[in-house]
Order: sequence, then C-alpha cells, then structure tokens
Amino acid sequence: MLMNLFKFKGGVKPPTNKTQSLTLPIAQAPLPSRLIVPLHQSIGGTPRPVVQAGDKVLKGQLIGKADGWISAAVHAPTSGSVLEVAMHVQPHPSGLDALCVVIEPDGKDEWIAHGPLDYAAMTPEAVREHLQQSGVVGLGGAAFPTHGKLTASKTVPMDELIINGAECEPFITCDDLLMRERAEEVVRGIGIFRDLLQPKKVLIGIEDNKPEAAAAMRAAVDALNEPFLVIQVPTLYPAGGAKQLIRVLTGKEVPAAKRSTDLGVQCFNVATAYTAWRTIAYGEPVVSRLVTLSGNVHAPRNYEVLIGTPMGELLKLAMPHPDTDGIVMGGPMMGFLVPNDQVPVIKATNCLIAHSARVFPPKAPEMPCIRCGACAEACPHELQPFELYWFSRAKNFGKTQEYHIFDCIECGCCSFVCPSRIPLVQYFRFAKSEIWAREREKNAADGAKTRFEFKLLRDEREKAEKAEKLAKVAAAQAAKKAAEAAAAAESGTAAVETDTAPVTAVDAEKEAKKAAIAAAVARAKAQREAAPARNTAAVTIEQQHAIDDIEARRAVLEPAPQTSAAPPAEKAE
Amino acid sequence: MFAPAPFLLKNTSVSLVMTQVCIALIPAITAYVWLVGPAILVQLVIATFTALLAEAVMLRLQRKPLALFLPDGSAIVTAWLIALTFPPLAPWWLVVTGTLFAIVIGKHLYGGLGQNPFNPAMLAFAVCIVSFPALMSQWPNVGLQASLVEQINIILGFSPRVDALTGATPLDAMKTALKLGDSGVDVAQLLANQDIYGNFAGRGWEWVATAYLLGGLWMWQRKLITWHVPFAFIASITLLSGALWLYNPAQFANPLFHLFSGGTMIGAFFIATDPVSGCTTPRGKLIFAAGAGLLTYIIRVFGGYPDGVAFAILLMNLCAPVIDLLTQPPIFGMKDKA
Repeated sequence: MLMNLFKFKGGVKPPTNKTQSLTLPIAQAPLPSRLIVPLHQSIGGTPRPVVQAGDKVLKGQLIGKADGWISAAVHAPTSGSVLEVAMHVQPHPSGLDALCVVIEPDGKDEWIAHGPLDYAAMTPEAVREHLQQSGVVGLGGAAFPTHGKLTASKTVPMDELIINGAECEPFITCDDLLMRERAEEVVRGIGIFRDLLQPKKVLIGIEDNKPEAAAAMRAAVDALNEPFLVIQVPTLYPAGGAKQLIRVLTGKEVPAAKRSTDLGVQCFNVATAYTAWRTIAYGEPVVSRLVTLSGNVHAPRNYEVLIGTPMGELLKLAMPHPDTDGIVMGGPMMGFLVPNDQVPVIKATNCLIAHSARVFPPKAPEMPCIRCGACAEACPHELQPFELYWFSRAKNFGKTQEYHIFDCIECGCCSFVCPSRIPLVQYFRFAKSEIWAREREKNAADGAKTRFEFKLLRDEREKAEKAEKLAKVAAAQAAKKAAEAAAAAESGTAAVETDTAPVTAVDAEKEAKKAAIAAAVARAKAQREAAPARNTAAVTIEQQHAIDDIEARRAVLEPAPQTSAAPPAEKAE
Repeated sequence: MFAPAPFLLKNTSVSLVMTQVCIALIPAITAYVWLVGPAILVQLVIATFTALLAEAVMLRLQRKPLALFLPDGSAIVTAWLIALTFPPLAPWWLVVTGTLFAIVIGKHLYGGLGQNPFNPAMLAFAVCIVSFPALMSQWPNVGLQASLVEQINIILGFSPRVDALTGATPLDAMKTALKLGDSGVDVAQLLANQDIYGNFAGRGWEWVATAYLLGGLWMWQRKLITWHVPFAFIASITLLSGALWLYNPAQFANPLFHLFSGGTMIGAFFIATDPVSGCTTPRGKLIFAAGAGLLTYIIRVFGGYPDGVAFAILLMNLCAPVIDLLTQPPIFGMKDKA
C-alpha cells in the first residue's frame, strides 16, 4: 500500500550498529541473585509499597499500589521473599536514591493466580483501570502510564493512532525482534488501543532498515484481518521520536505546548501494545521486558529480562570485554551512563550498551562555537541550537525561552554534528533545570510573601482589637472613677465633672500602655538573665579571667566607636 | 566518569571544516599561478606564517591552549583569503601588516575564534586600501614576463616597483576609462580589447573567478555552506548590473563581466559565507548576501575604490545581528502562528 509520507526537517544518520544484536533470537535471562524493584518507574505519582521486609511474594503479586490516576502499579517480578523496602540508587544520570522493594528469588518463579480476562465484556473504563493495575506504561523510554493516554479528546475527533516501531536509536533492536517474533500479540494489543480510542486510521511506522519486522507485522495484520497499515519510514534519526513519527505519517506537527490528542493523534510503542495484550489475554502484569545487550561485548543479544535485575549481572550474559568501563542505558544518542552496575533494569530500560573507549571514542575538547549552523540544520524541531547555547551559557534564561528551549526534545542531533564538539544538549538541560528551579523558588517566595502579608494584616487587626479593648477598659475605669468622684463630691459642679472625665480616660490609656511596655521590658530582661550564653556555661577559671579582661576592655572602648562610627569605606563612596 | 550523550559523534571538527575550505581554494590558487604568476605562492607563505605567529602570540597572551587552537586552521583560512585578495606583487610588509591586523585586532581582540563581528580578512583589506591606496591598486598585467625570482625580488623590495609591470584591475580600468571618456567611450569597445578584458570578464582573472566558483560549488556539495549566500549575492549583482546594462549598455558593463571580475566569486563563496561574521538564519543569509551584492555593485561602479566586496561585506557584517534577530524561522509545530 502506497501512502504519502511527510518529512521532518533536520535529523542525522549515525551508524546504526544494529546487526550485532540481531543474529540470535530473544532469550530468557536467568533469574538473578536478587531483584531491586523501584516503586517509581513511570511518570506521575510514586506507587505506595504494600509489602514489607520478610513478606513472601509470588510472581505478579502487587507490591506497589498506584498513587493517583497518573501512576501505574508495580508487581513482584518473581516469587521469593522481600528482603527490604529501602532506598537504592536509580538508573538515572543524577544517581539519586529512590524507594525500592528488594526481593530474593526462591527459584520457583511461581505465579500468583491469574488468568485471561473477558475482554469483550469489559467497559472501556474497566480496561483502562486494568491496564493501570497491571503496570502498563510506555516502554519506548518515556514510561508514561498507558491508560492515561487512552482517552480521546472530547472536542477533537481521533484521526490517527500511530504505533511506533521505528526504533531509530543506534544499537537498540528489542522492538525489532519483538515485532519479528511476537507480531501477532503486538497487533492484538494495538486492537485494544484502537477499541479505546476509536481512531479513523491505525498506522504502524517502522524504519525501513527493519524489513523483516515490517513483513512480520504485515503478515500478522493480514492474519488477524485488521485494517491497520504497516508503513516503512525512511531511516533517519530521530524518526522514532513520537513527534517526528507523527509528522512523517500524518504531516501533523505537535508543538511542545500541545498534546497530540489535541491534534487528533495518539502514539504508542509496539512493546507497550504487546504488554497491554498480555495483561488482558493472560492476566499477566508487566514484570519483564525485552532488553538489548550490545556495545563492547562478545555476545550481543536481546533478552527477556525481569524488572529489577541488576544491570551488571544482566550484562554478564553478553560477556563484556575486559576494557568495559561503564554501562549506558538507552541508545548512544539519548542514553546515559548509569551510576553503577548494581542499578536495576526498569520498565524504561530498552538497551544496555557496554561502554568503552573503543566503542565510544573519547570526545575531543570543546572549542568555541563558530556559528556554522550545522546544529540548526540538524535540529528536528527547527530550533537554533547555537543561539540557545549562547543564551544558556550566559544564563540568559528568559532569552532561551524566547528561542523555545522547551521545544527541545534532547535528541542529541545538534551535539552529534557540532564541529566544535560542544555538548549542546547538556547546556539545554542545564538551562531547563535552572528555569524549573527558579520557577519553584519564585513560587515558594510568592507563597512566603503572601503568608507574610497575611501575618502583617493579622497583627494589625489584633493590635487594633487590643487597643479597642484597652480603650473600653480604660473608659469603664474612668467612668467608674468619675462616678466615685461624683459620689464623693455630690455637691461639685457639673462643669468640672464633664471636663475631667475624658482627660482621665486618656491618662488611663497612656498608663496602661506604659505598664505594658514596662512589663515587656522586664520579661525580656528576665529571659536574658535566665538563659545564659551557652558557650560560657563550662569555662575554666583562666577562661573566665580572659573573658572578664575582654569585657573590661570592651567597656572602655564601647563609647569610642559611636563617635567615629562612620566606616571610611562608606565615605569613599 | 562524566560523558554526556550523545556518545556517538559525527566525524567532524573545526580544523576539518577549515581544511576543506582551504582545499576548496586550491583550484583558484592553481589557476592564479597558471594565469597570473607564481608570486601568489610567496604571498600565501608570507601570510600563513604571519597569521600563525600572530595567532600563537595572541593565544599565549590570553593563556589559551595553543595545542587546541593553533591547529584549528581558522588563521590559515584568514591568511589565504588575505593573500588572494591583495595584489600579488604587493610588498611583503603590506601583506604582513594586513595579516597582523586581521589576526590581532580583527580576531583576538574581539575574543578569538567565533567571536569576531567582522570578517578579519576583509578588515585587513579595508585597512590596507584606505592606508595604502596606491600599493593596493597595483595589479600585474596578465602575461607578465617576470620570473619567480624577479617577482620575489619585487615583493621583498629588492627590485624597484616598475609601473610598467603593474596596472589597474580590469574592473578598475573599465571604471576609469568610462569616467575619463565621458560618453565618448563605450563598454563594447572597451571589452573588445582582449589584452585586458579577455573572453568575458578580465583576461586571466575570469578563469580564476571560475575556479572560485568551482571550489564554492564543491563546498556546497560537501554541505560546508548552504546555497543561500552565494545565490543571493550573485543574484543581487546580476539583477542590478543586468538592469543598468539593459538601461544603457554603452555605459554599464554586462552582468557576466561583473560576476567574473574582481572579488565577486571569492566574495560569494568564501567571504560572505563566513558563518561567524555573517547571518545564520536562512532568510537572514538571503538578506545579508543580497545586501552585500547590492553594496558591492554600488561601490565598484559608482564609488572611488577599485572593488566593493570588502566594504560591502563589512557593512553587512554590522547588520548581521539585527537581521538574525528579525528573521528567526518558525519552529516545529508553530508554523501557522508565524
């Protein structure tokens, strides 16, 4: 079937390095010695742990309960006992810790009771909830909870459902092999998404360097008699970026400020569709995924890997060469070096690349930008990276936003082509995080300001209330006094009475104020005396003498600075 | 170990870019040697050494790493452009002065590589033609019968600068003839003199210009430059010269003459395309180069200098930041708004 394809501007063609890991079929990775399952594996709320140390768990048992709508449940990847629920280093460039459930496998890999669901009888809401409870998230790398993307816009009709099998990053082949070996289940999963979103068209985009995968998918689509279109798109990084693939297949451009559903299009990864089908057809939650092992290894291959498997242990299966000096999670364009080899495989882990100077030669030193514009030519979002670079470097963050820094998808095309070897993406990440930090700070400051202003208002109100009260009391007292005076001198003239009453009232008010001040001063004094300076509590006699000496000197000097207080520096100004 | 993505990088570098620019200049240098004389090689050597020395001293003074910056090739490109735009028999000290000015003031005092607002080679040209107008206007007659040794002696000042050896460029000669002859002289008559004007532009020079064109097209094919600047530069000169030629063919030379005379081709492909001092957005490049072409024509035809490329490009360098600011292209997903 021929179809008009669109082009996105920019893009680069790095060496694909995919053939190494394509020679062998998918293999099952053996049970690791222990599993470290982070609770926060998707965008959104962190699931709450529902197990504790010492608990026995079965494979597929819920261990983390979804927290809120944008959050997905987490399950035990195998049977065994929970060693601890504790903080562990995450597969994230920051190297920060997060809460993980650590499970020691019992070797039986025993499933919790599960079975197929009656999909035909399920309401769309029930399907979405089941996907959430089964921990289905985007497996292309973003790990957005899938059920959250399965509601069509109310105002815009859903035109196209895009299924992303492009897999444009070099080295990664897990989606390729998934489509080759498990095409039917992928297509059935796409069917679920189609049922929920009711799009007019379903387009499956696969880069044209994967003809076997495309053929397998076409065969599966035909066998299941689905109207889906399998479309081979030109191999050009980052054609597998959701926005780029949407552009290529539909001509629509989704800006940073909009959701794709606002333009009547939605996009899912093939592996996500596969897991969605498994949860419906078998009742299996997401406890494993396909991971490509490649790079500086002897035996690159794709493995079905339990979530939580420590990366170092997993990579050993591919027999890394001795000069391996790190593990890259993800592809070479957007991936990152993990903090250590104990970090676990998570749902977003599609590839591990053994890093070495042979596979990834060290970068030449950074040179000044010569404004050659190669980055702007390569940018798939048609930004001006060198301008953003100048503004990021100068910390002129307002300008970076004017030049659309938040439309940058950090694909790395600009860094790839830069002749000056400037790590442009790093500058943009820096600028973005600074902007976020400042926004947080500003919000915090605004909050504090509001609180402070409210406090001032309250203080003032309280003061006014107090003064009113005092005035009332004083007036009452004055009235009383006046009454007494009147009683004492019954024969006194009325004129005197009327004159003295207000005067005494004012005096009484003043009196009350004075007394209050005196009391406050006395209280402060008492407090000062009651709480001696802490560092003088246990001084030796010699120290006490020294302190006395200093005090004596200070007493002599004290008046002097007051007369010649103005520091010369201020005068100079 | 801190190594941010991407881990794969394209095989490119500043020195590779500069080396390719130098390679693109080789056809023109070959034609120059063949048709005008080997003296240009001496000038290239003088300019290159001066530039590298000045670059090294300036880097050292600023405590910048010599090993990183000296081999980047940018100083060599500047030096070659100076040698190729100065008269080939200019005295050695003139080339040295120009090169020093370009590297020290034009480049490093502005902050070095990537920071210069003006094209350094054109600054050198402008400074020298203003300061030494006579020396900068003496060009050898093509077919000059002087050996390399004789030419070197002239450059180094060991032989007297004989007026017979040198004259005006074809462009300059045309302008002078038209001015002096008032309406009595006619362009067609002048162009008939093949000793000066060759087949279609200037004897010998027309082929040097063709070689610049070829080198430039190679750079375009290698994606070192985009089509915008050369296209707009050439189109603007063609349109303006064509319009005036159609208006009065006796007083204005045809577009072909203007395209292949003076610095049009080297300007279009090698100087106006300098990314540091020029525009960077596609529309900006078109405006920048069209403006440069326009000014080039006006200065060379109506102004007092033999050619206008240098001043035209420097003037447009001044405008480049504003043009860039006003021509930011719409980004992905925001095209209908723009």
